[in-house]
Amino acid sequence: MFYREAGQFKTSYAADQAIFPIAQDRWFVWGVLALAAIAVPMVASEYLYRAILIPFLILSLAAIGLNILVGYCGQISLGSGAFMAVGAYAAYNFAIRVPELNLLVVFLLSGGVAALVGVLFGIPSLRIKGFYLAVATLAAQFFIDWLFIRVKWFTNYTSSGSVNAPKIEMLGFAFDTPTKLYLLTLAIVALGALVAKNLTRARIGRSWMAIRDMDIAAEIIGIRPLVAKLSAFAVSSFFCGVAGALWAFIHLGSWEPAAFDINRSFTLLFMVIIGGLGSILGCFLGAAFILIVPLALNQLPALMGMPISTALAAHLEAMIFGALIVFFLIVEPHGLARLWSIAKEKLRIWPFPH
Amino acid sequence: MIKRSLLLAAAAAGAMWTTGALAQANEQFIPALVYRTGPYAPNGIPFANGFADYLNLVNNRDGGINGVKITFEECETGYATDRGVECYERLKGKGPTGAAAFSPLSTGITFALIEKAPTDKIPIITMGYGRSETVDGAVFPWIFPYLGTYWDAADILVKYITEKSGGSLKGKKVALVYHDSPFGKEPIPVLQALSKNLGFEFEALPVTHPGVEQKATWLKVRQSRPDYVLMWGWGVMNSTAIKEAAAVNYPRDKIFGVWWSGAEPDVRPAEGGAKGYSAAALQHGAGTYNVHADIVKHVYDKGQGAGKKDEVGEVLYNRGMVNAMLTVEGIRAAQGKYGKKPLTGEQVRWGLENLAITNDQLKQLGMEGLMRPLQVSCQDHAGAHFGRVQQWDGKNWAFVSDYIQADQGLLGPMIKAAAQKYAEEKKITPGCLQGP
Amino acid sequence: MGFFLEVLIGGLLAGVLYSLVALGFVLIFKASGVFNFAQGAMVLFAALALVRFLEVLPLPLAFLAAALVMVLLAVAIERLVLRPLVNQEPIILFMATIGVTFFIDGFGQTLFGSDVYPLNIGLPKDPTFILEGTFDGGILVNQFDVVAAITAGVLVAGLAIFFQKTRIGRALRAVADDHQAAQSVGIPLNHIWIVVWTVAGIVALVAGTIWGSALGVQFSIALVALKALPVLILGGLTSVPGAIIGGLIIGGGEKLAEVFLGPILGGGIENWFAYMLALAILLIRPQGLFGEKIIERV
Repeated sequence: MFYREAGQFKTSYAADQAIFPIAQDRWFVWGVLALAAIAVPMVASEYLYRAILIPFLILSLAAIGLNILVGYCGQISLGSGAFMAVGAYAAYNFAIRVPELNLLVVFLLSGGVAALVGVLFGIPSLRIKGFYLAVATLAAQFFIDWLFIRVKWFTNYTSSGSVNAPKIEMLGFAFDTPTKLYLLTLAIVALGALVAKNLTRARIGRSWMAIRDMDIAAEIIGIRPLVAKLSAFAVSSFFCGVAGALWAFIHLGSWEPAAFDINRSFTLLFMVIIGGLGSILGCFLGAAFILIVPLALNQLPALMGMPISTALAAHLEAMIFGALIVFFLIVEPHGLARLWSIAKEKLRIWPFPH
Repeated sequence: MIKRSLLLAAAAAGAMWTTGALAQANEQFIPALVYRTGPYAPNGIPFANGFADYLNLVNNRDGGINGVKITFEECETGYATDRGVECYERLKGKGPTGAAAFSPLSTGITFALIEKAPTDKIPIITMGYGRSETVDGAVFPWIFPYLGTYWDAADILVKYITEKSGGSLKGKKVALVYHDSPFGKEPIPVLQALSKNLGFEFEALPVTHPGVEQKATWLKVRQSRPDYVLMWGWGVMNSTAIKEAAAVNYPRDKIFGVWWSGAEPDVRPAEGGAKGYSAAALQHGAGTYNVHADIVKHVYDKGQGAGKKDEVGEVLYNRGMVNAMLTVEGIRAAQGKYGKKPLTGEQVRWGLENLAITNDQLKQLGMEGLMRPLQVSCQDHAGAHFGRVQQWDGKNWAFVSDYIQADQGLLGPMIKAAAQKYAEEKKITPGCLQGP
Repeated sequence: MGFFLEVLIGGLLAGVLYSLVALGFVLIFKASGVFNFAQGAMVLFAALALVRFLEVLPLPLAFLAAALVMVLLAVAIERLVLRPLVNQEPIILFMATIGVTFFIDGFGQTLFGSDVYPLNIGLPKDPTFILEGTFDGGILVNQFDVVAAITAGVLVAGLAIFFQKTRIGRALRAVADDHQAAQSVGIPLNHIWIVVWTVAGIVALVAGTIWGSALGVQFSIALVALKALPVLILGGLTSVPGAIIGGLIIGGGEKLAEVFLGPILGGGIENWFAYMLALAILLIRPQGLFGEKIIERV
């Protein structure tokens, strides 16, 4: 009844090509953004910012990067943590060695460096496919882990190998409160999501999807696999790199290479698969699920007044989390985004049954 | 009818809430970041038990710190930095006055919290680990590497093996098998400096996390035949190293581990193969003292023990216990200035920075013989730089040396230089913080 | 030269230990097309079950009891996870096994505890020195590694006989070839999957026993699966002999690299070298050395 296209006439090509053709969708997205930018800062506590909202946003950005590679281009990659690490250390080195640069420029440049590294490690994808490629990308993961521990130049010759991010300030404006950091992250991630959505709707995005669906057929109709696959790696690594820089500078503040280890890569992959392959919304839903469910499960016994040991709570959290993953996959193998789009479909004809 | 019962329920809840709030008023909250699951659980569990048991002891035996009851909550980090940060954010505001002090027990989490502590004004106690330059309280007012740092440990071990070598290491070869992480790499600058000063050859052999793969490392050791091997590991790396050393027949009595590589979970898996292996002791070793009898009486006999009774007195149990004791005594010292009430992090920081524990106090605490007196100051946030060496005889740990003091003449300038570098990077002006 | 042989032999034997874990992956992928991420967790679970049963039962009974536990686990997984997800894409099944991994990790530690449990079933641990005449000091060979290698060899031989000579083995090969064709000749897929996961569980039990004896039974054993992955892709995801050959190559290669190439690069290169080696060989043979060539049809 409320969610329908009836009466919405598009009178220009631009209107027809909009990301959200139905007006209600547009209002909804604007509403969510307004809520996130205006309402949340009025009520959120510091814990909510630092432990939930900021990590959620940054990991969503990284998940967008990985989804472009895995969901849109079909190349399974387990090395996304490494690309985040490249972005983080590149940002650190730019910020330390060229202090005059604006921080946003630093983030973009670090994304660029990550993109170059991504192209390099994406070259095997031209020959290797499927799970073989997934395990081969682990080579990137472990090599880059080792590189940042061993080559002291990257960590500015600190004795321990751990580095601290410099203070976050741009043009004299210091981002020192959690609210300001949150708004900065929100702006960057929203912009990133918009860019990613448009990329996937453009020619390059369609070439990625063609490679994913049937790469030999795509090659036959003239899509060059080299360009498509390597551009997917480049764009994906760019997003992961920027997310890595944000994670290091805004969330952690001081980090060691283990912060971007294989667990990070797996977490991102889970987010992408649970959220929905080939969907930008799915990245956000998957990140919310993977980030928040373990925290909620951890705090649930305490909130319900049942005192159980932390060890048992941690084990139960793992068990319930695993069971939930299996449950969601059984209920909807295409991820939470698909559940969302089914809901929208049903909403279009609500309250009529068919 | 329904409305009335609802109103009654609301009133009752409101009354409970207010009385609850009043009842909470005289409590000091101490957070406990622990890892009871995951790859480091065998080492994390006894530490967490010791920590929890001591806090319960203070509550049950003494009625709290000068009447202020301690509440504590454990948060499972699994040794992961981001979980540690999340636990920190969750627990830092708990209790009537916020968290008293954090003890992360992980170098990764420590590095992240070093950045956050000054803004949130909560002290961090990194007893025997963390960043060595945090000894300088003028640059790191909020971080307390009590009892010593990795640089101290390196110097202490080298002093011990010098003595074992008949007074000189000239011409000898010392290898360091270390966990390839900031934790493992910390001692390298000190060992390199010492190798120049004392004339021994130094070889660093990294072991990739988590350290289950050490065959190649120990084959390299077998080939290069160092006179001594120092080991800087944690978790499964320790037991694997000892097993692999046994497998290549490298004499275990030439291997010396840091104080985080010298506990029961590290030597028990190797069974007979660990006999003769030595490790540094962060002043205390294994063993039961008066305080343990108190713990059994006031905590275990009341059914509040965190672990198994026969694990009371193990190396890592004692370490957790000492960590809790230093936290409690720091709060007590702060109460001396700010009054016998729940204190904020800032006030506790003052107490931790001005903490002094004499021999008499140790006797009173039941820890005489467990550790030496302590004197913390702004210039020396560690308070003491002593250690001993203990050896595993197959069944127990026994001390094979007296107290050895780390040479501050060598380490002092290194600490100052590293702290200076941090201060420049972060644009901090060094200066001792006065209390609030 | 002697030292080179020492490192090579040590590496080859270590590689066999990896192939023990890789075998489980291969079995499941071969028969059901599922990349079982939970194999590492299954190794840990089996080892924990064995070591806890050993506290109350003698070794043969404890082994049987642990095997029974793995059978029950296989049945549970097939019923609750595989059957509802039949015909889904491989990546969805992969994700489901990840969910199973989390579940088994938590469940195993809840049932059996998080401590480190030494596992001693009488396997020798001492080094021996061979060829003392030819090389000065002899070549160090660890008896434990040799026993593990022999066990792996026996296991592979047993599996080979199982696949070639028995009826169920034939049915497994038929299912691996083509699920639908196997179903149409009357092979019950569900039973086959239970059998495969059980056999993989028993293989995990053997691997867990060996690794548990080597390291002590603790959580880190689950991380050994990460070392088995390069073995897996090098040998080919569907080949049992490939798992062994891949293990030998990876084990020998990475140890030689660490000892001889490592010092130039600062050490610690083992991990990524194994993957780089596998990657290099995949560039020449994209399906691994012995893997099935994926025939793509447009």
